[in-house]
Amino acid sequence: MSRSPGRKQENHKISRELFVLTYGALVAQLCKDYEKDEDVNACLDRMGYSIGIRLIDDFLARSAVKKCRSYSETADMIAQVAFKMYLGVTPSVSCSNATGNEFSLILDKNPLVDFVEELPAERASLCYCNLLCGVIRGALEMVHLAAEVSFLQDRLKGDAVTEIGITFLRKPEDRRHRRN
Amino acid sequence: MDSRFTRGKSPVLERALGRPRSELSLAAFALLFSELVQYCQRRVASVAELQARLARLGQHVGLRALDALVARERPGRRETKVLGVLLFVKGPLWRALFGREADKLEQANDDDRTFYVIEREPVVNTFVSVPRENSSLNCAAFAAGLLEAVLGAAGFPARVSAHWHKGTTLMIKFDEAVIARDKSLEGR
Repeated sequence: MSRSPGRKQENHKISRELFVLTYGALVAQLCKDYEKDEDVNACLDRMGYSIGIRLIDDFLARSAVKKCRSYSETADMIAQVAFKMYLGVTPSVSCSNATGNEFSLILDKNPLVDFVEELPAERASLCYCNLLCGVIRGALEMVHLAAEVSFLQDRLKGDAVTEIGITFLRKPEDRRHRRN
Repeated sequence: MDSRFTRGKSPVLERALGRPRSELSLAAFALLFSELVQYCQRRVASVAELQARLARLGQHVGLRALDALVARERPGRRETKVLGVLLFVKGPLWRALFGREADKLEQANDDDRTFYVIEREPVVNTFVSVPRENSSLNCAAFAAGLLEAVLGAAGFPARVSAHWHKGTTLMIKFDEAVIARDKSLEGR
């Protein structure tokens, strides 16, 4: 890399508009290239996965958090630290089942849809922010937590809020066993 | 008329323009940009095509960034002179999008239609390393497309291309009509 040695990288931030508009350009390009919404969603998920497996390194390096001891700590970490660090918002977390491995993040403010008013009629089942699901899934996989992440509700499709559901796949007994 | 438009649920259109609310981490943008470049790379056969695709994506961004920016930075005034719009690009536009002004703005010695915006290290290229076999690829083609769309929408149609020169140089070549109009404005 041709960076001069003494100079620290002083600018670690970019404007939110640039990020959001670039994401929009990406989704628009995907919509032009693929006819079916499922293909676009799958492509966004795949790209999000590749981003997630690298983003986790940056996250761990910059946040210096301790190891999470339970799924609910992990979900809290994603919502309160990771989302804050990368998107500047803090979704609220709720646990949606008794065994403690299904959580949902409720986003009342989603920066990615800053400039999106609504989905066009022919793209009604497009998950515009599907990249986020891939990112979370990829990042969790790199810390050895298999999870399924998907959108449960989406404001762009007419629901009241945007909700991301995270289902951790390994049974809680395995984790307890490993800790001992 | 589509009934969706009358639902009025989306707050986006009601929001005031205001100052840009926050900045996001460079790492997130860099990773998104890398995915973008990889996606384009998989669908093209040459460096020139890849740069063209990146430029098209940049145009998509530029068109939408201009209106909000002009309304915020220059309310009530439109740039009508070439030099004015170039200074606007080098200063407020670059600062709003990339966090810092472009390093230099120069005019070509022999051609009054050509200008150069020079940046030692463009923000979009922060984590990009170009392999030797594609050494002519400059991902700042994205910024070139962005700039082309901004100038076009501002009333100064031009061709913008990215080159490896003193870092990265965006070469802006205005249409003849633009320069002729500028000269006649000066003459007045």
